[in-house]
Amino acid sequence: MIRFCSQSLYKNARFLTGLPNQTKCAKICIVGGGPAGFYAAQHIIKTLPQCEIDIFERLPVPFGLVRFGVAPDHPEVKNVINTFTKTAKSPQVRFVGNVNFGIDINLQDLKESYHAVILTYGAEQDKTFGIPGENLQNVISAREFVGWYNGLPRDKDLNVDLSNESVVILGQGNVAVDAARMLLSPLDELKKTDITEHALAKLADSKVKSVYLVGRRGPMQVAFTIKELREMINLKGCSSIFEKEHFRGIPNLIPNLVRPRKRLTELLVKSALETSPKPSSKEFRPLFLRSPLAILGDSRVTGVEFGLNTLEGTELENQRAIPTGEREVITSGMVLRSIGYKSVCPDPSIPFDNKRGRVINTKGRVEHGVYSAGWLSTGPVGVILSTMSNAFETGANVLDDIRQEVINLNEIRPGINAIISKLDAKGVQTVSFDGWEKIDKEEVTRGKALGKPREKIVDIKEMLQIAETGKKVID
Amino acid sequence: MAQYALRSLCSRLVWHSQSIKLFVVPQRCHSLSRPLLKKEDVEVTFIKASGEVIKTKGKEGDSLLDVVVNNNIDLDGFGACEGTLTCSTCHLIFKQKDFDELPEKPTDEELDMLDLAYELTETSRLGCQINLTKKLNGLEVRVPATINDARSS
Repeated sequence: MIRFCSQSLYKNARFLTGLPNQTKCAKICIVGGGPAGFYAAQHIIKTLPQCEIDIFERLPVPFGLVRFGVAPDHPEVKNVINTFTKTAKSPQVRFVGNVNFGIDINLQDLKESYHAVILTYGAEQDKTFGIPGENLQNVISAREFVGWYNGLPRDKDLNVDLSNESVVILGQGNVAVDAARMLLSPLDELKKTDITEHALAKLADSKVKSVYLVGRRGPMQVAFTIKELREMINLKGCSSIFEKEHFRGIPNLIPNLVRPRKRLTELLVKSALETSPKPSSKEFRPLFLRSPLAILGDSRVTGVEFGLNTLEGTELENQRAIPTGEREVITSGMVLRSIGYKSVCPDPSIPFDNKRGRVINTKGRVEHGVYSAGWLSTGPVGVILSTMSNAFETGANVLDDIRQEVINLNEIRPGINAIISKLDAKGVQTVSFDGWEKIDKEEVTRGKALGKPREKIVDIKEMLQIAETGKKVID
Repeated sequence: MAQYALRSLCSRLVWHSQSIKLFVVPQRCHSLSRPLLKKEDVEVTFIKASGEVIKTKGKEGDSLLDVVVNNNIDLDGFGACEGTLTCSTCHLIFKQKDFDELPEKPTDEELDMLDLAYELTETSRLGCQINLTKKLNGLEVRVPATINDARSS
């Protein structure tokens, strides 16, 4: 096996970090190969060249939501992959794919094998309303819908029926807007992206004309950001239609707002009150002040019954929705639920807040030698910048704890060798970064034939077969 | 680093060719058959939140993101989307006078991204959108703490 902690690196480490006693290599593992994991690793290796960081990922492929969450028509956002790749290829970092935390290895195994464990496995479960009809056919969580068009293996066989003209999306965040845009975008635009072929085929036969984006509160409380709204307003072949009556009084509030709410509200008001919608065959219709009471239908969804709300409270951001008692039904052949994600707790020894669905932590510190970062730590909010800065903070705390000798590097830790022995004993085929690059190459080749930047492989077995030709995780 | 710079440049070229600046492309593709335009150096100073001052140089026409990348300036996480206007990690804060004199005003798309930046000020811009001119020689910009390792560890 390659010795990561060479003498030359050690010299640099002393110079850069002021860690006079670092004669031992810090062995750190990260659980989850998404942006939080890669940014935490990036931050640590920059300051502490004398370390070994192993990034464990459940799937054979890295990058988490950058690959499986970011919409296919936002390829620029995925440029962060270039930096992650640089991190993965640095001599201190090792990517270990296809390792299922909680099943193949648990927290205790990792605590015994590493000086520090950083949990960054994200938020993968969607929140539900707990209303009648949520289990009807074609009531789908936006998370699954996103996974389906982005090639997440577990969502590849999702049964999506686009034969009805009307779709209701419950929720007004960026995931909801992404889903709406995928349903309303011209097919020719999507064809050029890395959207999965199975999704493209379904969208080609789509009958969807109207997408409702429904929130329980008003235009002042929407959760989506301005870029996503502007994209919808400018979307080719689609008009954005707002309910003017819900904007009464809002123009007068604008001067007292601060950015980003100010510019977002200005754009909403401009589109709702000052622009007449262009005639188009497709419509994007944000609806406000409606809470779903029941999803209607026998076996398949036929509509949603809403209770109408009014707002109470003076502080705009914290205004509460109060039912008026009035009801309304919107006919719809498909419902997407998009009211946020929760993290899961795959190992009962993790201090976990079940109600909020996240790890209990203080600025990324969970317990001695255990840390967290990203959505698992903060909840599922924010853009890539938020995750980056949160992961940097956790990384800085790990470095602080090493510096303060809260983490004692004199205690010998076996690192990857102990974990690989366990995984071998269980017959787990691990995937190295080299293995991922074989998959990557194959995906790009397949994409080229289709005029796309890549065609994602959605079958784990197939990924593993291709990765097997790559180098092993340890020699 | 060179690879990164090239990639960054390529993605910027794609971006430009999609927008209005088609004419930028030939200037950047240094063909052997035509003489290179002699571009002057422009001095730029970055002031990190820790107080650290980094004096460096760029060429006319370079963006401030190019300057950071080409000079390998250590600003963690800077330019995550590589100049494609889809993040706000190259957020920089200008002096009022410099801000007022910047040749191009921010587009709606730049302001949309700035809306999500930490420590947003009235004189904030995205570094990827500011192209150096001779007039900007001696420019001093502040790098917000959140990008420049909040803990300076």
